[in-house]
Amino acid sequence: MKNTLLQRLALVAGTLLIGGSAFAQVKIAYIDPLSGPFANVGEAGLKGFKEAADILVNQKGGIMGQKLEFVGFDNKGSPQESQIQLKAAIDQGFRFITQGNGSGAAHSLIDAVNKWNARNPDKTVLFFNYAAVDPTLTNEQCSFWHFRFDANTEMKMEAITNFMEKDKKIKKVFIIGQDYAHGHQVAKYTKEMLAKKRPDVKIVGEDLHPIGRVKDFAPYIAKIKASGADTVMTGNWGNDLSLLVKAAKDAGLKARFFTYYAGGLGTPQAMGASGEDKVLQLTEWHSNVPTKSTEKFEADFNKKYPGIYFYYMRVNTMTEMVAKAMNTAKSTDPKAVALALEDMRFPAENGEVWMRKSDHQLMQPLFISVFSKKDGKAVKHDSEGTGFGWKTLASVSQRDSQMPTSCIMERP
Amino acid sequence: MEFVVISLLNGITYGLLLFMLSSGLTLIFSMMGILNFAHASFYMLGAYFAYQISAWLGFWPGLLVAPLLVGAVGAVVERYGLRRAHRFGHVAELLFTFGLAFLVEEVVHLVWGTSSVDYKIPAELDGTLFTLFSTDFPIYKGFMMLISVGMLVALYALLTRTRIGLIIQAALTKPDMVEALGHNVPRIFMLVFGGGTALAGLAGVIGGNAFITEPGMAAAVGSIVFVVVVVGGLGSLGGAFVASLLIGCIQTFSIGLTISVTDVFALIGVTLPAGSQVARLTITQLAPVLPYMLMVAILIFRPRGLMGARES
Repeated sequence: MKNTLLQRLALVAGTLLIGGSAFAQVKIAYIDPLSGPFANVGEAGLKGFKEAADILVNQKGGIMGQKLEFVGFDNKGSPQESQIQLKAAIDQGFRFITQGNGSGAAHSLIDAVNKWNARNPDKTVLFFNYAAVDPTLTNEQCSFWHFRFDANTEMKMEAITNFMEKDKKIKKVFIIGQDYAHGHQVAKYTKEMLAKKRPDVKIVGEDLHPIGRVKDFAPYIAKIKASGADTVMTGNWGNDLSLLVKAAKDAGLKARFFTYYAGGLGTPQAMGASGEDKVLQLTEWHSNVPTKSTEKFEADFNKKYPGIYFYYMRVNTMTEMVAKAMNTAKSTDPKAVALALEDMRFPAENGEVWMRKSDHQLMQPLFISVFSKKDGKAVKHDSEGTGFGWKTLASVSQRDSQMPTSCIMERP
Repeated sequence: MEFVVISLLNGITYGLLLFMLSSGLTLIFSMMGILNFAHASFYMLGAYFAYQISAWLGFWPGLLVAPLLVGAVGAVVERYGLRRAHRFGHVAELLFTFGLAFLVEEVVHLVWGTSSVDYKIPAELDGTLFTLFSTDFPIYKGFMMLISVGMLVALYALLTRTRIGLIIQAALTKPDMVEALGHNVPRIFMLVFGGGTALAGLAGVIGGNAFITEPGMAAAVGSIVFVVVVVGGLGSLGGAFVASLLIGCIQTFSIGLTISVTDVFALIGVTLPAGSQVARLTITQLAPVLPYMLMVAILIFRPRGLMGARES
């Protein structure tokens, strides 16, 4: 009895192994929170990658005839868990990973990938970062094995403060952020750049709150109100942003919000009409930036995944660029792919983008937009069914978004 | 002035919600001597049940039915789980409730997924109740206060003015005597456990949409509820009430203060080395830790809590 059971198990295992290799897919491990306070963010990203791989790569011939596939690994948003999931992915034969939610986790992954690659030069791993924006990742901490497809905080703050420079209504700024690498960097660059460009602007407050743990932002809003701020700068994302704008709405706070991530993942729904003309965001794209084919992609995506709204243009850009690099290199070896990605210029849907060789930072157009009523013209599409969408106020080309880097890259 | 009044209102709202959660816990402890580690899980169940019912029937039926359902689940857990575990002593009970918390979380994962669910404030409660100075006070916060205060009054009336309350109070101190008088004490225990969990469920119904309904919500409030109970004094309803309001206000005001740790130490004449990690911390950053510091201080200087009756 026991023997037959064992035999059956062996048979099943054997079939699985053979089945796995017969498809010979190119697989990328998606290491991001799929449970915990940021599960909704991680899930939206994974759906975005799967859809991008299907529509933009697999339906157009794939990677040298093979299919591209993204597989989720739940890092629960923690740097330690990210390393465990990286190990699990490597053990399962993954040679490519992607991550975005949290620069803390990104730091930990870069470190682990560098060490792994130094010890296992024949089994290297390549890290595509689609959203962790701490500038040090492409400066002091830069690595040959890391590519970033989102503009970093320094680039984003440069664009935002250039915009603020011209807006004389801004007198008092309050900075609120999550208490980890990203929140610290946003605060640092806001203060540095404003001091240079608008020395007359006063920073009336600066707060860091525990990430993902605050459920009621009313006390913070009371503090912002008491400070007399007319402008709030925040790098918050996920529920930390939705709950912040929700509390601001409940208390009737009149200040304007400059954000990175108000465009999706529940935030538009949380602010509703109260965000009109008050909430601004800096992104690489939004629904009302004209594109060739993303309009249809977005509509199909929103229909296919009810409750999740297409948000990440850079996920599409990254998926297409990675596929192009593999096809150009005619290889799925991480080193060959990395060399093909370096210095790549690519006509993305939001404009021309360039992967800078010196630090592996993608240069891409950026847009500052404000939450406005859908009018069928400048605001053709609304966001998350709210009747309000994003109206472009200013745009920055790929060339103008560039900032110098201090990266001294070690090449294999 | 505006800041103080608004912060006070925020603190009281939060404190009342904490009280709703901790009243059930402290009631169960005082009656049965059980520290229910799964108490916050019943809070979470309340939110998820209310979400499900409001998706089918609307918010108001959910407000009524969800706590009753949670209470029924609690009663079943007591009858078929805790009562058996009780025979093997306190450690078995403690471990049982500890395991139950994980079980509930996994069940929630399986049924409703790992992400948050869209449990919204009903349209008729979404808006501004009044404007104080220039800050709006939302209707829903007023509603939360109303429910908590109503619950406090009802609970007090039940325990002091009704026959069943009398028996519950008697069973609290002299269970053997009450049993000898012909009352079914195990059934009273089941009722109290069910009632306590129903209160947690009610807190979940109104807390779930005020904040966010997700599988981590039990863990998020689980520890703070114990702080309330310990600070207030294990088993004391009045103590839990005072401690809830105290902790609610401490958290709200500490976030509002703009002083740093250096300033605090300067008050007692100690100068911290400038530039060190600790010196740069602000009281706002310390806000989440303050309730726990209070708990440690209480345990050291007044182990029975503010209004606790016993030393344990």
